[in-house]
Amino acid sequence: MSISAPLSSGISAEAVRRRLHGQRFDLPGIVVHVALLLSLLFSLVVLGVLVYDLVSGGWDVFASRFASFLSGTMRFAASESGIAQALRGTLWIGVFVVALAFPFGIGAAVYLEEYAPDNRLTRVIDINIRNLAGVPSIVYGILGFAVFVKTLSGLTGGRSVIAGGITLAILVLPVVIITAAEAIRAVPDDLRQGGYGLGATRWEVTRTQVLPYAAPGILTGTVLSLARALGEAAPLILVGAVVGRLGSNPGLFDIGSLDQRFTALPIVITYWAGLPQPDFRALTAAAIVVVLAIVLAANAAAILMRNRYESKRG
Amino acid sequence: MAQLITSQPGPGLTSADLRGDPRRMRKETVVRGLLFAAAATSIIISGLIVYSLVRETWTFVSQVDWALVWGDGWFPRRGQYDIKTLLVGSLIVTVVGLAVAGPIGLGAGIYLSEYASARVRKVIKPTIEVLAGVPSVVVGFFALTFISPEIIQRFREATPQQTMAAAGIGVAILIIPLVASISEDAMRSVPRSLREASYGLGARKVTTVGKVVLPAAVSGLVAAFIVAFSRAIGETMVVFIAAGKSGGSLFETNPLEPGLTMTAAMASIASGTDSVVGEALTFQSLFFVGAILFVITLALNIVADRFVRRVRERY
Repeated sequence: MSISAPLSSGISAEAVRRRLHGQRFDLPGIVVHVALLLSLLFSLVVLGVLVYDLVSGGWDVFASRFASFLSGTMRFAASESGIAQALRGTLWIGVFVVALAFPFGIGAAVYLEEYAPDNRLTRVIDINIRNLAGVPSIVYGILGFAVFVKTLSGLTGGRSVIAGGITLAILVLPVVIITAAEAIRAVPDDLRQGGYGLGATRWEVTRTQVLPYAAPGILTGTVLSLARALGEAAPLILVGAVVGRLGSNPGLFDIGSLDQRFTALPIVITYWAGLPQPDFRALTAAAIVVVLAIVLAANAAAILMRNRYESKRG
Repeated sequence: MAQLITSQPGPGLTSADLRGDPRRMRKETVVRGLLFAAAATSIIISGLIVYSLVRETWTFVSQVDWALVWGDGWFPRRGQYDIKTLLVGSLIVTVVGLAVAGPIGLGAGIYLSEYASARVRKVIKPTIEVLAGVPSVVVGFFALTFISPEIIQRFREATPQQTMAAAGIGVAILIIPLVASISEDAMRSVPRSLREASYGLGARKVTTVGKVVLPAAVSGLVAAFIVAFSRAIGETMVVFIAAGKSGGSLFETNPLEPGLTMTAAMASIASGTDSVVGEALTFQSLFFVGAILFVITLALNIVADRFVRRVRERY
């Protein structure tokens, strides 16, 4: 390529580029660019269509009987059915996840990042956690069934929300550990060295320096895992959530009946989705809108929070 | 650290002065023990998973008539445990899922890594992550009530509403964000210098991406596909809701027909009646299928981990 032609000052970058590329119009480049952009937009379109389809499907239920839908129990007639029992199950599952998966998960992450010596045992624990994160959720259901419904039925009451809650806490534990460990790893070492320099013990440094700095990252991971647990159905089916009409309806905070049979929002959705009557379809969509509102709000909050802190700290 | 300092005690100071309050030291030991216990829980969980699977699987394997395990259809309540029906069902749903999610997820990953401006990334990435948070029951219902009637039946009217193809597309929606994010990570870890060298030689963007970045990131892309495969084969609710055939199924290889996967078969055994009864080994067959699924996904995850590590080591 000759560069002998004198460049006038008015020549555009585009002209130079075209000259360098042999004056060809870059058709493949544009085609590829558009194809890639379309595949990116595909996800956004799916999300939009999904949300629109379900909200419009469930809208009538919300418009005509919002309160009775939230406070009603499961009945034979769609027009009388509600999700009170499902909300109760989902609430208590959330309580178990927060009470078990969060402390154990964050504790394990602190141990692995701050305390663990670089030895064989640590590496085994590390690999083990990553493998646990990839185990299908239904296999955790088998664990929950064999251990918490059968072996420990004296403690959990068998097919109860206690067994379901513990099972889902175990399901999200690896994710909590992995995300918390990532957040702790991102804490600058100067903070720790400063603490040690003042004579603090390892735990004092962790509690006063490392954990406060890593808190937003840890919180993001924990909220995401909580959202995942609340939307999960497969393990609960194995643990014996009632995929059908549940008769009893104890109050939302009736702790005494935690060892009774239970259901949860995703389970009710599964049950109603399988019913042939068309009026249950609107009900299913309405229940989905409720679960989506909970899960997506938690997701969006967690992601926004993470992005804010990421950009703040560069 | 402590030993270094105590080797040179100052005037009037003994090593005991520098050792610190015994109460603080005791607290440190206790906390360390508790944190270790939390980390060790993961090992116990793995042990419990294997224990739960092995006991009943052994009962099944030792008592079942093996002619029924490679026979004609999966009807556990009638004592027919043809595992190939479930394996092929799982494979069909997974292949449909990957065929849709693979190119789309990869394309999205390439765009995010190579083309998108910082501003576009900042808006679109969180949205895709939100899609990843949609519960699988929701996608299952969407596949049943939207994808099947509005898309599949529009191309072929005689298709039943519940098909393996509809379930496969549903699974694809769930794994697209996963493929996109792992493949994006893989391409972003390719050093900038490789791209600069390619541009320096006069290559266009599309050439640089296709001939330099993608080959350099190939280990990560393979990992993305394996992880997606593993996630798809373990996905339960989409298939349970959208693929039909919950009670049992004959051997079926047409994606446009209802079918049964390993996961859906397990869920339907567990949800069919209050306590699993029927043929003597129905209950144990659930664990047998679970054990197979566990081994398959574990193997896939270990292989994927290898590939991810290879990317990290190289750059």
